[in-house]
Amino acid sequence: MPEITLIEAVLQAMDEELARDERVFITGEDVGPRGGVFRATMGLHDKYGGDRVIDSPLSELSIVGIGVGAALAGMRPICEIQFADFIHPAFNQIVNEAARMYYRSDGAWTVPMTIRAPYGGGISGALYHSQSVEALFAHVPGLKVVIPSTPYDAKGLLKSAIRDPNPVLFFEAKKGYRLIKGEVPEGEYTVPIGPAKVSRAGSDLTVYAYGMMHHYVLEAAEIVSREDGVECEVVDIRTLAPLDTETVLASFKKTGKALIVYEDNRFLGYGAEIAALLSDEAFEYMDGPIRRLTGPDVPGVPFSHPMQDFFMPNTSKIVDAIRELAGY
Amino acid sequence: MSLTPEQRLEAYHLMRTIRRFEERCAELYSAGDIGGFLHLYIGQEALAAAVKYATRPDDNVITAYRDHGIALAKGLEAGRLMAEMLGRTTGVSKGRGGSMHLADVEKRMWGGWAIVGGHLPLATGLALADDYNGDDRVTICLMGDGSTNIGYFHEALNMAGVWKLPVVWIIENNEYGMGTSVKRASAVEELTEKARAYNMPAKRIDGNDLQGMVQEIGEAVEHVRDPENGPVLFEAVTYRFRGHSMGDPERYRTKEEITEAQRRDPIFLWAEKLIEDGVATQEALDHIGTQVEEEVAAAVKFAKESPLPELEDLYDHVYAD
Repeated sequence: MPEITLIEAVLQAMDEELARDERVFITGEDVGPRGGVFRATMGLHDKYGGDRVIDSPLSELSIVGIGVGAALAGMRPICEIQFADFIHPAFNQIVNEAARMYYRSDGAWTVPMTIRAPYGGGISGALYHSQSVEALFAHVPGLKVVIPSTPYDAKGLLKSAIRDPNPVLFFEAKKGYRLIKGEVPEGEYTVPIGPAKVSRAGSDLTVYAYGMMHHYVLEAAEIVSREDGVECEVVDIRTLAPLDTETVLASFKKTGKALIVYEDNRFLGYGAEIAALLSDEAFEYMDGPIRRLTGPDVPGVPFSHPMQDFFMPNTSKIVDAIRELAGY
Repeated sequence: MSLTPEQRLEAYHLMRTIRRFEERCAELYSAGDIGGFLHLYIGQEALAAAVKYATRPDDNVITAYRDHGIALAKGLEAGRLMAEMLGRTTGVSKGRGGSMHLADVEKRMWGGWAIVGGHLPLATGLALADDYNGDDRVTICLMGDGSTNIGYFHEALNMAGVWKLPVVWIIENNEYGMGTSVKRASAVEELTEKARAYNMPAKRIDGNDLQGMVQEIGEAVEHVRDPENGPVLFEAVTYRFRGHSMGDPERYRTKEEITEAQRRDPIFLWAEKLIEDGVATQEALDHIGTQVEEEVAAAVKFAKESPLPELEDLYDHVYAD
């Protein structure tokens, strides 16, 4: 099986879905001949033409808004927001319109739309090119929120997102675009939206993560296994909304300890929901405090290297957090 | 494009229906049967009728929250609309939307939308889909004067302009965005001037003149239907005789101003014309009035007798399978 990068997996998924379904089109800023700011759509304009890979003006709310309109009319738009930080002008279109459509029409209309956006820090993008926005959208019923952490899942989940009858926000770890590599079969397969995955079996504690942080968590789990004999179970959330509570709870019931790692701000971040779930539904299995390792509560990821490093969770911080919790 | 005598009478029937429907809504609101926010179309009926006769039934229509009139014009049943007002299961979205979100996908009435201007990019998207699929449908997007000041307007018009999409934008200029007059909110008072920035033809039309609007909008719809041509914009100058919503103290305008505007009541003007042209007698028009009274009464009865939703339905249709 060929080994490819995260972004190559994203490109493959879109290429195959464009070929498979005439209703699929892509729009966004510079997705056309330029191939996207990170080159996620490289070559697609040449292959499928300007009617299907459409350069939009700098108009985020309308990139999503026309996506909603076209999806209502039966198309399968893939809307690219160049950076997750730029998604906020479209908040109304996503939260008030796309998320609510199926509900407000009592099941008559769906919005089969995928919104892709690179998220996260660690590339010196600074205040407006580094945000994690998943918690803002995972909060909203009617939206699906997906963050893949491997090329295999990125391709399979993106194909599922494009075929899903609901609006799906698909966030891609931009730091991992070329850093994360993995085996991906050529041709057709999908990964269902919904199930989380136990990506490493272990018995001492469970670490929950997604996206870039999942990559670091696996590295950290190997280090503590080798150096401390601590065996972590790792759960890759993959679909943040709706959450696979069954897999999340099953692992905790096995290990009794939980560390949740996410790079978004700590306060009301995604991990708070997992902590609440464990406390509500598995209290009697609890064998230690539920811990979170997160970005700090500051308004943005700062530029300066030491400050960015301070902000971002990484492998060695995760190792420290695992050791502390294992020793509890 | 001119109306046959039958269509002219049918248009009168439609405008009277809208007027009476709205009056009954106001009564039901005051009686506590309709809750929330209610925005009446009284005074603006001619535009809804004009859209009906200037378009094909399969053309897309999308509008803002003052949507009862256009929903009736698009052929949604008065009974189901009234049931929606009252939050009943027989409503057009089983009571989930209420007054501001009337829609029916089968009739290509894409809804009232309650965030000012939020539906404009959706109109561009609907038109993009038709353009992509080679369908010769036109999208009619209605909006209030206030929405021309919000960002959505400029992005949606720019995209429709640059991609030459089949949209007819119609600003319903009723002189006030809630309580703020156009001249206090917009740097240009002739809102058609805004279209120039997006390279689309634009025209001011008399929003109380049904025949004139059918002519103008009808020609524009056929122009836009040709994929070579791209969008156009109208500013239909009209006036709403009631407040912005039911809870509007109307401190921003005088009684005299309203009375003056009512001299150009579109239904009155249309009745005068029908009699003048020998299409109908006053007696015949009165008969239509009686019919409308009965039809709207039946709609109210249907709505009131319809069941309210079961509470467990609350969790239905969050995600599609």
